[in-house]
Amino acid sequence: MLAGGLIAGFAAGLLAALLHFAFVQELILLGEDYETGAVVHFTGAGEAAEATGHDHDVAGHDHGDGTAAHDHAGDADEGSALTRNALTVLFTALIYASYGLILVAGFALAEHFGRAISAREGLLWGIAGFVALQLAPAMGLAPELPGSVAADITERQIWWLGTVLATAGGIALLAYGANVLTALAGIALLAAPHLIGAPHPEGFYGVAPPEVAGEFAARVLGVGLVAWAALGWLTGRLWAQDEA
Amino acid sequence: MNVTTQSAAKTSSGLLSIVFVALIGATMLFFAGHAQSATLHDAAHDMRHATGFPCH
Repeated sequence: MLAGGLIAGFAAGLLAALLHFAFVQELILLGEDYETGAVVHFTGAGEAAEATGHDHDVAGHDHGDGTAAHDHAGDADEGSALTRNALTVLFTALIYASYGLILVAGFALAEHFGRAISAREGLLWGIAGFVALQLAPAMGLAPELPGSVAADITERQIWWLGTVLATAGGIALLAYGANVLTALAGIALLAAPHLIGAPHPEGFYGVAPPEVAGEFAARVLGVGLVAWAALGWLTGRLWAQDEA
Repeated sequence: MNVTTQSAAKTSSGLLSIVFVALIGATMLFFAGHAQSATLHDAAHDMRHATGFPCH
Protein backbone atom coordinates (compact mmCIF):
# COMPACT_ATOMS: atom_id res chain seq x y z
CA MET A 1 0.00 0.00 0.00
CA LEU A 2 2.77 2.40 1.00
CA ALA A 3 5.01 1.75 -1.99
CA GLY A 4 2.37 2.36 -4.67
CA GLY A 5 1.30 5.66 -3.14
CA LEU A 6 4.88 6.86 -2.73
CA ILE A 7 5.99 5.87 -6.24
CA ALA A 8 2.95 7.41 -7.91
CA GLY A 9 3.28 10.46 -5.67
CA PHE A 10 6.91 11.11 -6.53
CA ALA A 11 6.24 10.57 -10.25
CA ALA A 12 3.28 12.98 -10.20
CA GLY A 13 5.37 15.38 -8.12
CA LEU A 14 8.09 15.41 -10.77
CA LEU A 15 5.47 16.08 -13.44
CA ALA A 16 4.06 18.88 -11.28
CA ALA A 17 7.55 20.34 -10.82
CA LEU A 18 8.13 20.25 -14.58
CA LEU A 19 4.84 22.07 -15.20
CA HIS A 20 5.68 24.44 -12.35
CA PHE A 21 8.82 25.58 -14.11
CA ALA A 22 7.05 25.75 -17.46
CA PHE A 23 4.11 27.85 -16.26
CA VAL A 24 4.30 29.13 -12.70
CA GLN A 25 7.83 29.98 -11.56
CA GLU A 26 8.26 32.97 -13.85
CA LEU A 27 5.13 34.55 -12.37
CA ILE A 28 6.35 33.93 -8.79
CA LEU A 29 9.62 35.68 -9.64
CA LEU A 30 7.75 38.51 -11.31
CA GLY A 31 5.50 38.84 -8.23
CA GLU A 32 8.58 38.99 -6.03
CA ASP A 33 10.05 41.75 -8.19
CA TYR A 34 6.97 43.79 -7.33
CA GLU A 35 7.05 42.65 -3.71
CA THR A 36 10.62 43.81 -3.18
CA GLY A 37 10.13 46.97 -5.17
CA ALA A 38 12.51 45.98 -7.96
CA VAL A 39 9.60 46.67 -10.28
CA VAL A 40 6.80 49.05 -9.44
CA HIS A 41 3.22 48.53 -10.48
CA PHE A 42 1.74 51.50 -12.43
CA THR A 43 5.12 52.85 -13.45
CA GLY A 44 4.81 53.82 -17.07
CA ALA A 45 1.12 53.01 -16.87
CA GLY A 46 -0.95 54.02 -19.85
CA GLU A 47 -3.17 57.04 -20.07
CA ALA A 48 -6.17 55.01 -18.98
CA ALA A 49 -4.69 54.56 -15.55
CA GLU A 50 -3.82 58.24 -15.36
CA ALA A 51 -7.31 59.20 -16.32
CA THR A 52 -8.89 57.21 -13.51
CA GLY A 53 -7.17 59.51 -11.08
CA HIS A 54 -5.08 56.94 -9.23
CA ASP A 55 -2.61 58.64 -7.03
CA HIS A 56 0.56 56.74 -7.80
CA ASP A 57 2.40 57.90 -4.74
CA VAL A 58 0.01 56.61 -2.13
CA ALA A 59 -1.57 53.64 -3.84
CA GLY A 60 -0.02 51.20 -1.44
CA HIS A 61 3.25 51.02 -3.29
CA ASP A 62 5.41 52.03 -0.45
CA HIS A 63 7.95 49.24 -0.33
CA GLY A 64 10.48 50.82 1.92
CA ASP A 65 8.93 50.53 5.34
CA GLY A 66 8.00 46.89 5.35
CA THR A 67 4.24 47.17 5.03
CA ALA A 68 4.25 44.15 2.75
CA ALA A 69 3.04 41.09 4.59
CA HIS A 70 6.27 39.28 4.07
CA ASP A 71 9.75 40.17 3.07
CA HIS A 72 11.43 37.96 0.54
CA ALA A 73 14.24 40.31 -0.21
CA GLY A 74 16.79 37.98 1.33
CA ASP A 75 15.60 34.81 -0.35
CA ALA A 76 17.34 35.35 -3.65
CA ASP A 77 20.62 36.29 -2.00
CA GLU A 78 20.79 33.47 0.50
CA GLY A 79 20.66 30.59 -1.90
CA SER A 80 21.42 30.33 -5.54
CA ALA A 81 18.56 29.88 -7.94
CA LEU A 82 19.71 26.30 -8.37
CA THR A 83 19.33 25.49 -4.68
CA ARG A 84 16.00 27.24 -4.59
CA ASN A 85 14.67 25.34 -7.58
CA ALA A 86 16.07 22.02 -6.34
CA LEU A 87 14.19 22.55 -3.08
CA THR A 88 11.04 23.33 -5.04
CA VAL A 89 11.38 20.04 -6.94
CA LEU A 90 12.06 18.17 -3.70
CA PHE A 91 9.11 19.66 -1.85
CA THR A 92 6.77 19.29 -4.81
CA ALA A 93 7.70 15.59 -4.95
CA LEU A 94 7.18 15.36 -1.18
CA ILE A 95 3.79 17.03 -1.21
CA TYR A 96 2.56 14.80 -4.05
CA ALA A 97 3.97 11.76 -2.24
CA SER A 98 1.86 12.73 0.76
CA TYR A 99 -1.17 13.12 -1.55
CA GLY A 100 -0.35 9.66 -2.92
CA LEU A 101 -0.33 8.15 0.57
CA ILE A 102 -3.65 9.76 1.43
CA LEU A 103 -5.06 8.46 -1.87
CA VAL A 104 -4.01 4.85 -1.22
CA ALA A 105 -5.41 5.09 2.30
CA GLY A 106 -8.68 6.14 0.65
CA PHE A 107 -8.43 3.28 -1.87
CA ALA A 108 -7.88 0.83 0.97
CA LEU A 109 -10.89 2.21 2.80
CA ALA A 110 -13.01 1.90 -0.34
CA GLU A 111 -11.90 -1.71 -0.84
CA HIS A 112 -12.60 -2.38 2.82
CA PHE A 113 -16.19 -1.53 2.00
CA GLY A 114 -16.12 -3.68 -1.11
CA ARG A 115 -15.42 -1.11 -3.85
CA ALA A 116 -12.80 -2.11 -6.38
CA ILE A 117 -10.27 0.52 -7.48
CA SER A 118 -8.76 0.54 -10.95
CA ALA A 119 -6.86 3.14 -12.94
CA ARG A 120 -10.18 4.67 -14.02
CA GLU A 121 -11.47 5.07 -10.46
CA GLY A 122 -8.02 6.35 -9.59
CA LEU A 123 -8.36 9.09 -12.22
CA LEU A 124 -11.71 10.14 -10.72
CA TRP A 125 -10.23 10.07 -7.22
CA GLY A 126 -7.34 12.20 -8.45
CA ILE A 127 -9.68 14.81 -9.90
CA ALA A 128 -11.70 14.71 -6.68
CA GLY A 129 -8.48 15.18 -4.73
CA PHE A 130 -7.67 18.23 -6.85
CA VAL A 131 -11.11 19.65 -6.09
CA ALA A 132 -10.78 18.96 -2.36
CA LEU A 133 -7.19 20.11 -1.85
CA GLN A 134 -6.83 22.85 -4.43
CA LEU A 135 -9.95 24.04 -6.23
CA ALA A 136 -12.34 24.36 -3.29
CA PRO A 137 -9.81 26.12 -1.01
CA ALA A 138 -8.86 28.36 -3.95
CA MET A 139 -12.46 29.56 -4.24
CA GLY A 140 -12.04 31.20 -0.83
CA LEU A 141 -8.31 31.75 -0.70
CA ALA A 142 -6.99 32.27 -4.21
CA PRO A 143 -3.45 30.95 -4.75
CA GLU A 144 -1.29 33.80 -3.48
CA LEU A 145 1.09 35.48 -5.83
CA PRO A 146 3.98 36.94 -3.84
CA GLY A 147 3.18 40.63 -3.40
CA SER A 148 -0.50 40.00 -2.65
CA VAL A 149 -2.02 40.58 0.75
CA ALA A 150 -4.05 38.09 2.76
CA ALA A 151 -5.61 37.66 6.19
CA ASP A 152 -3.90 36.17 9.25
CA ILE A 153 -2.03 32.97 8.38
CA THR A 154 -3.47 30.87 11.22
CA GLU A 155 -7.05 31.80 10.36
CA ARG A 156 -6.40 30.96 6.72
CA GLN A 157 -4.83 27.62 7.58
CA ILE A 158 -7.82 26.71 9.75
CA TRP A 159 -10.26 27.63 6.98
CA TRP A 160 -8.11 25.79 4.45
CA LEU A 161 -8.04 22.60 6.52
CA GLY A 162 -11.76 22.77 7.27
CA THR A 163 -12.53 23.29 3.59
CA VAL A 164 -10.35 20.36 2.52
CA LEU A 165 -11.95 17.99 5.04
CA ALA A 166 -15.51 19.16 4.31
CA THR A 167 -15.01 18.99 0.53
CA ALA A 168 -13.39 15.55 0.64
CA GLY A 169 -16.17 14.29 2.90
CA GLY A 170 -18.83 15.87 0.70
CA ILE A 171 -17.45 14.31 -2.49
CA ALA A 172 -17.14 10.92 -0.77
CA LEU A 173 -20.77 11.09 0.36
CA LEU A 174 -21.92 12.09 -3.13
CA ALA A 175 -19.87 9.39 -4.84
CA TYR A 176 -20.33 6.50 -2.44
CA GLY A 177 -23.40 7.51 -0.43
CA ALA A 178 -26.38 5.21 -0.38
CA ASN A 179 -29.38 7.50 -0.70
CA VAL A 180 -30.81 11.01 -1.03
CA LEU A 181 -30.00 11.86 2.57
CA THR A 182 -26.29 11.15 2.19
CA ALA A 183 -26.29 13.12 -1.07
CA LEU A 184 -27.90 16.09 0.68
CA ALA A 185 -25.39 15.82 3.52
CA GLY A 186 -22.63 15.76 0.89
CA ILE A 187 -23.93 18.92 -0.76
CA ALA A 188 -24.21 20.62 2.64
CA LEU A 189 -20.60 19.71 3.40
CA LEU A 190 -19.46 21.05 0.03
CA ALA A 191 -21.30 24.34 0.56
CA ALA A 192 -20.53 24.91 4.25
CA PRO A 193 -17.01 26.37 4.00
CA HIS A 194 -18.18 28.88 1.40
CA LEU A 195 -21.25 29.85 3.42
CA ILE A 196 -18.97 30.44 6.41
CA GLY A 197 -16.58 32.31 4.16
CA ALA A 198 -12.82 32.46 4.04
CA PRO A 199 -10.88 34.98 6.13
CA HIS A 200 -9.98 38.05 4.07
CA PRO A 201 -7.81 41.04 4.84
CA GLU A 202 -9.53 44.30 5.81
CA GLY A 203 -8.21 46.05 2.78
CA PHE A 204 -6.44 45.15 -0.43
CA TYR A 205 -3.10 46.82 -0.93
CA GLY A 206 -1.09 44.14 -2.74
CA VAL A 207 1.79 45.50 -4.75
CA ALA A 208 1.64 42.87 -7.49
CA PRO A 209 -0.57 43.66 -10.49
CA PRO A 210 -3.97 41.92 -10.54
CA GLU A 211 -3.28 40.80 -14.12
CA VAL A 212 -0.27 38.77 -12.96
CA ALA A 213 -2.10 37.48 -9.89
CA GLY A 214 -5.02 36.30 -12.01
CA GLU A 215 -2.82 34.49 -14.47
CA PHE A 216 -0.85 32.97 -11.61
CA ALA A 217 -4.00 31.59 -9.94
CA ALA A 218 -5.31 30.14 -13.20
CA ARG A 219 -1.98 28.48 -14.04
CA VAL A 220 -1.59 27.06 -10.54
CA LEU A 221 -5.02 25.45 -10.78
CA GLY A 222 -4.34 24.13 -14.29
CA VAL A 223 -1.03 22.57 -13.25
CA GLY A 224 -2.70 21.15 -10.16
CA LEU A 225 -5.45 19.50 -12.19
CA VAL A 226 -3.00 17.83 -14.58
CA ALA A 227 -0.71 16.62 -11.79
CA TRP A 228 -3.58 15.34 -9.66
CA ALA A 229 -5.18 13.53 -12.59
CA ALA A 230 -1.84 11.84 -13.34
CA LEU A 231 -1.39 11.05 -9.65
CA GLY A 232 -4.83 9.46 -9.34
CA TRP A 233 -4.52 7.46 -12.53
CA LEU A 234 -1.06 6.13 -11.68
CA THR A 235 -1.91 5.39 -8.06
CA GLY A 236 -5.03 3.51 -9.16
CA ARG A 237 -3.07 1.56 -11.73
CA LEU A 238 -0.36 0.55 -9.26
CA TRP A 239 -3.03 -0.27 -6.70
CA ALA A 240 -4.90 -2.54 -9.11
CA GLN A 241 -1.64 -4.31 -10.03
CA ASP A 242 -0.86 -4.86 -6.36
CA GLU A 243 -4.25 -6.31 -5.69
CA ALA A 244 -4.22 -8.59 -8.73
CA MET B 1 -7.80 -23.03 8.93
CA ASN B 2 -4.65 -21.40 7.83
CA VAL B 3 -6.48 -19.50 5.13
CA THR B 4 -9.14 -18.17 7.51
CA THR B 5 -6.55 -17.00 9.99
CA GLN B 6 -4.68 -15.13 7.29
CA SER B 7 -7.70 -13.42 5.87
CA ALA B 8 -8.92 -12.51 9.35
CA ALA B 9 -5.53 -11.03 10.14
CA LYS B 10 -5.56 -9.12 6.87
CA THR B 11 -8.97 -7.60 7.56
CA SER B 12 -8.20 -6.63 11.16
CA SER B 13 -4.84 -5.11 10.30
CA GLY B 14 -6.57 -3.43 7.36
CA LEU B 15 -8.21 -0.55 9.17
CA LEU B 16 -5.18 0.04 11.37
CA SER B 17 -2.80 0.22 8.46
CA ILE B 18 -5.22 2.47 6.57
CA VAL B 19 -5.20 4.91 9.48
CA PHE B 20 -1.42 4.57 9.72
CA VAL B 21 -0.83 5.35 6.04
CA ALA B 22 -3.29 8.25 6.12
CA LEU B 23 -1.50 9.66 9.16
CA ILE B 24 1.91 9.45 7.50
CA GLY B 25 0.47 11.26 4.49
CA ALA B 26 -1.20 13.92 6.62
CA THR B 27 1.97 14.47 8.67
CA MET B 28 4.07 14.90 5.52
CA LEU B 29 1.43 17.25 4.16
CA PHE B 30 1.58 19.30 7.34
CA PHE B 31 5.36 19.63 7.43
CA ALA B 32 5.81 20.30 3.74
CA GLY B 33 2.75 22.49 3.34
CA HIS B 34 1.85 24.19 6.58
CA ALA B 35 4.53 24.16 9.26
CA GLN B 36 5.61 27.76 9.88
CA SER B 37 9.25 27.08 10.82
CA ALA B 38 11.38 29.60 8.95
CA THR B 39 13.69 27.02 7.38
CA LEU B 40 10.86 24.82 6.18
CA HIS B 41 8.94 27.85 4.98
CA ASP B 42 11.79 29.20 2.90
CA ALA B 43 12.64 25.81 1.43
CA ALA B 44 9.05 25.00 0.55
CA HIS B 45 8.13 28.57 -0.34
CA ASP B 46 7.67 28.34 -4.11
CA MET B 47 5.87 25.00 -3.88
CA ARG B 48 3.49 26.39 -1.25
CA HIS B 49 2.57 29.33 -3.42
CA ALA B 50 2.23 27.06 -6.44
CA THR B 51 -0.02 24.61 -4.62
CA GLY B 52 -2.34 27.24 -3.21
CA PHE B 53 -1.44 26.62 0.44
CA PRO B 54 -1.75 29.61 2.71
CA CYS B 55 1.94 30.48 2.78
CA HIS B 56 2.55 33.43 5.05
